Formats: sequence, C-alpha cells, structure tokens
Amino acid sequence: MSGVRVLVGTHKGAFILTSDERRENWAVSGPHFAGWDIFHIKGSPINPDRIYASQTSGWFGQVIQRSDDGGKTWEPVGNEFVYDGVPGTHQWYDGTQHPWEFKRIWYLEPSLTDPDTVYAGAEDAALFSSKDGGKTWQEFPGLREAKGHLWQPGAGGMCLHTILQDPSNSKRMFVAISAAGAFRTDDGGETWKPVNNGLQSNFELPDPQAEVGHCVHNIAMHPSRPDVLFMQKHWDVLRSDNSGDSWHEVSGNLPSDFGFPIAVNAQEPNTIYVVPIKSDSEHFPPDGKLRVYRSRSGGNEWEALTKGLPQEDCYVNILRSALAVDTLDPCGIYFGTTGGQVYASADSGDNWKPIVRDLPAVFSVEVQTLP
Amino acid sequence: MIRVVLPTHLWRLANTNREIEIQVDTSPTVGAVLDVIEEQYPMLRGTIRDHTTKQRRPFIRFFASGEDISLEPADTLLPDTIVNGSEPLRIVGAMAGG
Repeated sequence: MSGVRVLVGTHKGAFILTSDERRENWAVSGPHFAGWDIFHIKGSPINPDRIYASQTSGWFGQVIQRSDDGGKTWEPVGNEFVYDGVPGTHQWYDGTQHPWEFKRIWYLEPSLTDPDTVYAGAEDAALFSSKDGGKTWQEFPGLREAKGHLWQPGAGGMCLHTILQDPSNSKRMFVAISAAGAFRTDDGGETWKPVNNGLQSNFELPDPQAEVGHCVHNIAMHPSRPDVLFMQKHWDVLRSDNSGDSWHEVSGNLPSDFGFPIAVNAQEPNTIYVVPIKSDSEHFPPDGKLRVYRSRSGGNEWEALTKGLPQEDCYVNILRSALAVDTLDPCGIYFGTTGGQVYASADSGDNWKPIVRDLPAVFSVEVQTLP
Repeated sequence: MIRVVLPTHLWRLANTNREIEIQVDTSPTVGAVLDVIEEQYPMLRGTIRDHTTKQRRPFIRFFASGEDISLEPADTLLPDTIVNGSEPLRIVGAMAGG
C-alpha cells in the first residue's frame, strides 16, 4: 500500500504528516527543531528516506539537518556557506550598492539522480550545492555574474527561493530570485542567463521590461514537459513554452493576479493551481474567501475551488513554497497557511479539508509519494 | 574545567546539557573556550560566531561573573571565577522582540 508524507516547515519547527494512499486520516509528527524557523524541508526523489531541512534563526544562524530514516531522526550536517571569491555588491532598496551577505537558506532541492547531491538557494541570493550529503557546500558563482549588481531585495529579502531541475537534461536548471527574476543554466551551473523576456513589471521597475529585477515569486513545471514553465510573479501569472526564452501572461479571469505559489497537477500537465492574494499591502485572500484557482487549460481560464475552504473571514497568506502535489491518481493538492492550517485535496482540488489546523505559520509544504 | 552555560536552542542542537564542562589547555579566553566547544560540538560551528571571521553573531552575548564581556577582544583572559570553575561562562541569546 502506498502512502503520502507531507513535510511542513513552519516559523517554529518542522512537522511531518503521514497517511495511506486514501489520504483521509493523518498522523502528525513534530515539532522537529522546536523554536527554529524551518524555511524548507524536502526529500530525495530517489531515496525518500533521505530528507534535508533548512533550520535557521536570527540569533544562531543557519543549520542544515539531514535524515536518513524518513524524518524519524536527524543529524546536523554542514552549515558553512561561503560566497566564491569577493562577492561584491548588489542593489539596495534605495538604489545604492550593498555588500552581499549570507543570511539563510530558503530552499533545498535534492538531486533527481543522487541522494548525496542537493542544491540550496540562499539569501543573499546565490546557489550552492553539496555532493556529500550536505557536509560541504560550494557556490555556483556564475549565477551572480548574470547582472547580480542589478539584483535587489524584495520585501522578504534578496532570496533564491525556487530551484527546478530539468529531468530530461541534467545540464539544465532554472532558479528564481526576488527581486531579480528567472535564470537558466544549460551547462550544469557554470554559466547562467536571465530568462525574463515577456515579464512586465509596470509598478516595480523603472524599465518594466528590464532584463533583470523582476519579482518572480515561484515557478513550476511538470516533469513530462520540462520546456513548459508556469510562473507566479509579484503581479501576473505567466507561461513559457520554450524553457523561459519568452513568457506570456495567462492571468485570465483570476480575481487577483498577485500570489505566491504555483503548482502543476502531477497527472495532468496542463492543469495548474494558484492562490490569489490581495496586494500590495494586504496580502490576504480577496473578500476574506480562501480560494484555490485551477486552470485545466494551462492558464487564462480559471475556476475557483472552494469546497471545504473557509469562505468568510479568512485572512491568512499562502507563501511561495507552501503549495505542493503528490503523484497519486487522482492527484493530491496540499497547501499551508500563515494561520497554521495545512489543507489537502485528494481529488485534484474539488474538495478540501484541513489535515492539521493549529501549527505555527507555515513557510513550506513538500509532498513525498511513498511506494 | 571551565563551565559553560549554553542557550536552550544550542544545547538542544548539540544534544547535550544546558551546562557543559570543557578543558581549555591554552590561555583561558572566550576565543579559546569557543575553539574547544566547536571542536567537541561541531554542529555549533557558525551558530555562536562566524565560521571564517570568528566574529560573534550579533544577538549572542557572553557574561562572566555578572559582567557583559561580549565587546571585549576574544583574546581577553577570563576572570578567575570562570577559570577555576566556581561560576559558569554564560553564552546568551539576547532578548529581542516583545
């Protein structure tokens, strides 16, 4: 019998939620690393018992934890993240140049092929990797050479928050940075180029079509179609059909085209999900109604999914890494809120229920489908 | 032996006790104490001071005999009460927020 393991990172620790493939009854384990910010926790796709977690604190800095038994026990591994060479400066909020300073790891992406290889997205924005299970880390400095002096922090800091590996091309990878944009490597990380053609940031940038500087919130792909990318930007939902070479808007009839996460249904590569949020200053669902929006046409035509979700007086946020899918059929969709709920749908979004409802504010949700 | 009291998050991270005892064989300074702690508990590297510069993290403070010695150079000798073990060196996560 297969099962599902949901890995939840919160403001005060990590939680692991498990169920069988019916996804009706859930067991909750945690808090792990109580009291620490767990920005992200994600398992290896080829060894699901290998899980990495980013544990961080304004007081005590960065810790990386690794589990080799599916999250039952953990071992602190390496936490020395050093920028390659002299890291230089990036643009600060006021337009002046500001030194690059390591603050934390926002995102961990275990390799598709090797459980000991894992990628890490940092604030201030940079990409690191480890090939020894997290003991030592090395930067890909070529990324910061993609006009890094023009990158600037978004409201949450200058963070590399999204890492996507192309399952059909081991040399190709995508990352997204707030507020710099999307970037692609075609040579295994040595060189990178901005892939932001078609993004339009009318209210954020002096040049709305600038090559870099866009506040990209999240990017998603389906592994069967790695050339097709879906993006939730600060404003606008966009789609690329050519690996990011160009983008076009697919916001369509969304009640707000602002939001943080975006995800693709594992069984239907053209079915995508977003959670519209009111912005700029309010950052909660429009009209106090928590609605996931689904498009079965890869964008433009969206339907509100509301069954089981609060439709009045709901003012939580759903952060960029807090929406994920399993690979069962029908596909399970999961998201966490800043109010501490984790909602799940076992039928592609038609019906929802909270599988846990009183956690600390949820930063991230990842899902493992277990054999 | 020098006694050291660790902040809750750090003694839990190191899977040890709130108060630890360490043997410092060089001149007894904060820097030497931290060298020994990081040798015995490698998971604490980077959590009290920077890996490379050895600079104290901003929200970490050091207290000895009731005095805040955080701003003293790391090679300043610790007071006798700490060196002879009658009082612990306290490593504190500074209170912040409300």
